Amino acid sequence: MRSPAFFLVSFAVGLVVFVLARMLDNDYLFFAGYTVLQYIVLATGWNILGGYTGYVNFGSAAFFALGAYSTVVLHKAFPMPIPVLMLVGGIVSGLVGFGMGYLTLRLRGAFFSIATLALAVVLQTLIVNWDFVGGSRGAYIIRPHHLEIFDYEIGYIQYLFFTMMVLAVLSLTVARMVERSRLGYGFATIRDDEVAAEACGVPTLKLKLIATTLCGALMGMAGAPFPYYIGYLQPSSAFGLEYAVNAIAMPMIGGATSWVGPLIGAVLLGTLQQVATVTISSAVNLLIVGLLLTGFVIIAPNGILGLFHKYFRGKTDFVGRRRIDRIGP
Amino acid sequence: MSALLNVAGVGKQFGGFIALEGIDLTVAQGERVGLIGPNGSGKSTLVNCICGTLHNEKGTVHFNGQTVDGLAAHERTHRGIARSFQLPRPFVTMSVADNLRVPLLYTVHTRSGRHLTVEEADARCHELADLVGLGDKCNKSPKDLTQIEMRKLELARAMATDPKLLIADESMAGLSDSEVGEIVNMLIKLNESGITIIMIEHIMRAVMSFSQRLVVLDSGKKIADGKPDEVIRNPEVERAYLGQ
Repeated sequence: MRSPAFFLVSFAVGLVVFVLARMLDNDYLFFAGYTVLQYIVLATGWNILGGYTGYVNFGSAAFFALGAYSTVVLHKAFPMPIPVLMLVGGIVSGLVGFGMGYLTLRLRGAFFSIATLALAVVLQTLIVNWDFVGGSRGAYIIRPHHLEIFDYEIGYIQYLFFTMMVLAVLSLTVARMVERSRLGYGFATIRDDEVAAEACGVPTLKLKLIATTLCGALMGMAGAPFPYYIGYLQPSSAFGLEYAVNAIAMPMIGGATSWVGPLIGAVLLGTLQQVATVTISSAVNLLIVGLLLTGFVIIAPNGILGLFHKYFRGKTDFVGRRRIDRIGP
Repeated sequence: MSALLNVAGVGKQFGGFIALEGIDLTVAQGERVGLIGPNGSGKSTLVNCICGTLHNEKGTVHFNGQTVDGLAAHERTHRGIARSFQLPRPFVTMSVADNLRVPLLYTVHTRSGRHLTVEEADARCHELADLVGLGDKCNKSPKDLTQIEMRKLELARAMATDPKLLIADESMAGLSDSEVGEIVNMLIKLNESGITIIMIEHIMRAVMSFSQRLVVLDSGKKIADGKPDEVIRNPEVERAYLGQ
């Protein structure tokens, strides 16, 4: 399937979900669904860098928060519609991703991961000390009750859900496109062996910068509508541990070598967390993630996709048969 | 014959350890050169300096009439320098065919100025695999290959970059006698097709039957350079290998 077709099909699926949820007419569904969709974007963004090129990013929360705080700044200075905010958040986080890549990508393995963690701490300190966006007190954003489109009234949370759905479809399309292009091959060679990749003519540094930029941009876009969703944004919630942990855990549990993995992981884990929040307590969320992640690392290091390949295709070893749609520029 | 590769006064230091010092080496277009030396004499470091994996602090490397100093490894690959690694370094999450596809996607199409189509790249992958006798293993994982097959994949992947100069870094270590013969024949066939080859090897039988010229390194210095028969009778070379 070509990428435009893929986008349309997944958009149609998203639209069906949206319409079904509207028929149930329960706002909570949209609140919960929004979180799951947001995690699909975060996990997909993480996977472009972590899954495809093998560089583990612990700083996901920082990119997410940057997107959210871009919105806070704009909300105070010059209010704009959500899709534009997403674009701005994406650009800001993408630029920071590029910068981080430039500064840290000579580091490999654990050292790179530690540097991303440090970036998150530095950015959080900056935000806490920046009065304009509320500093450590946080910032209030009053969400409109509803939105009127051509005399048609739609609840604001439904609107947020819809835009996040479009973003999720878009990020999955991008991830799939990358995976099946020349770029995807290059990313995989970086994951396997950087020295050999260079010897084959792969410009590894450039490719890594593309990966960090894409990763940052997607995460920033996921964070941009967040202040409108939460209503009150404070540094400790925007830089929350759960974003960094979930962004790693979801692709790992789903399977990090393909765009399908983060989708499966985010839907599964995201839903489970929402259910746990309602039935048990919100504090139990990270415990669930931790236990699942430990379990998967031991039983299925290649995630659910790896299990699938093992049992249904009889492969003991997960060597994806790569498909390439197009050899682009 | 014009010089394809010209290494002049190359020096490389790791901290206080001098790995290479004042290396001069000229390789002519179409030549088959053997590079030997005891363990730790700097053979692989020299290869790394030529290919851009490491950067030499002193001296210059000219390739095809142009300097390649300061160019990253992938840029040198684009210019036409290919190498195989001493220990095979396949891309383990990709099939054999996909391993060969990487240089086709990133190097071959860049230089010819036109993109290979998906079908062209596919056909070339299988052609290369057939050439080294891995035709029926195209869809296998590199982990399922034997040692000699892994070395063949390593050579095929280097050849896939469509090089002017191929540097084979100990591509025969640990292979049996007949397997060594097989790889030497393959390299000679490649050379006949116009590719200049530098072979680094410990197996003297292979070096002697392959090389038109022999270069010897010892403790980071070049101690001999000339016709193979003469070089191995050189007293300094004997001393380097056997001690005094």
